Amino acid sequence: MLEVKGIQNGIVIDHIKAGNGLKIFNKLLSEHIDTPVVLLMNVDSKALGKKDIIKIADVFDIDLDILGLIDHNITVNIVRDSKITDKRKANIPEEVTGLFNCINPRCITNSDAYAVPKFKLYEMNGSAEYICSYCEEITKYRL
Amino acid sequence: MSQVRHLIEPEDFTLEELMQLVDTGLSIYENPSQYRKVCDGKIMASLFFEPSTRTKLSFDSAMMRLGGQVLGFSDASTSSTAKGESLADTIKVVNDYSDLIVMRHPKEGAPKLATHFATIPVINGGDGGHQHPTQTLTDLITIKRFKGRLDNMKIGFCGDLKFGRTVHSLIRTLARFGNKEFYLISPDELTLPVSLKRQLEKQGVKLIEVRYLEDVVEELDMLYMTRIQKERFFNEEDYVRLKNTYILNRDKIRSAKEDLIILHPLPRVNEIAIDVDTDPRAAYFEQSKMGVYVRMALICKLLEVGPYARG
Ligand SMILES: [Zn+2]
Repeated sequence: MLEVKGIQNGIVIDHIKAGNGLKIFNKLLSEHIDTPVVLLMNVDSKALGKKDIIKIADVFDIDLDILGLIDHNITVNIVRDSKITDKRKANIPEEVTGLFNCINPRCITNSDAYAVPKFKLYEMNGSAEYICSYCEEITKYRL
Repeated sequence: MSQVRHLIEPEDFTLEELMQLVDTGLSIYENPSQYRKVCDGKIMASLFFEPSTRTKLSFDSAMMRLGGQVLGFSDASTSSTAKGESLADTIKVVNDYSDLIVMRHPKEGAPKLATHFATIPVINGGDGGHQHPTQTLTDLITIKRFKGRLDNMKIGFCGDLKFGRTVHSLIRTLARFGNKEFYLISPDELTLPVSLKRQLEKQGVKLIEVRYLEDVVEELDMLYMTRIQKERFFNEEDYVRLKNTYILNRDKIRSAKEDLIILHPLPRVNEIAIDVDTDPRAAYFEQSKMGVYVRMALICKLLEVGPYARG
């Protein structure tokens, strides 16, 4: 197997469904992070068959809500001095503000800069379904 | 000062509050002169970003009958919005010119957005296909006046149940009042949306879907008619065929109960034949009249004046 050195300090985003790693990297990380990043794809996994892993050096803070929205199996390990000091699980957020748009073209959030789209979790139907707090239309989040 | 209240959707008020609004509206209807001056010195801004003559006139009349004054516009093309002003800026300005805002807006959720920038009460006078809570209040006061109650009724909704927001809102509210059985009379193409059906059935509501009014009309205590719009159909043929099936005429209510009431949010085009107008069961013109009285009660409540004065 391909060997990749662990990081000394930083975070490891693990159990990403194979194929989502690159999307997470492109959407969430490429712009904000300037420390070394490793993206591993199609790694063997007992639970998932294949998975992706992202390792980011010298960063300890990451928005678990966003990760949970993408894939709620994701776990985040915090590494300090080469030891895992904390393990966190990504959550499906109950409330989401501004991360995606309402699907309703008639919704005020799609035509007024002051109206930041705000949603509440409605139902888990395969993927998370969110109800718009302005127009009450239901939007399925897709990465 | 107490926290300012708005009416954006019927769920903003408890059942007790809705009941009280209806009863206050009926008191005003019976004794309007007592309320002639309760809004003396108050100004209502009526902001109609899309035209709706009927709703605007009803609100304006309500405020004037309470002794208040009205300013505003009835069409966005004559307002500053046409010059590109944001809703937030319009509301912030109008907030200082008036004591209460009524707004109609083509975008869904716009009145809710307005509440973020207003320190005075905001009433939703209709936002796109979303909510129209004062129509629901109008329906409720009419039912209470003619039936003496808001629960324990057999209610039929007929026509466009898919896009008709007044129907959605009224069914939800009547279900809150404990009505457990609704007859839904519509063509296949225009049945109640699945999500709303799911919601209602979760609350233990029984929905009986039929195609023809004649099959259930004798059961009903109330019949709510809606307009079937041409643009809802893919082709002219379907429209013409269905349109006639859902036109109410004297023939179709022959076997109905004597104390049935027939409602319609108006304006009607041809879904109720004019020969029904003189039938004592036709309540739709009384309904639009009652809309003024329940709006008077609502204005009093939100401004805390007259029957809702504090202290
Ligand atoms: Zn929306």
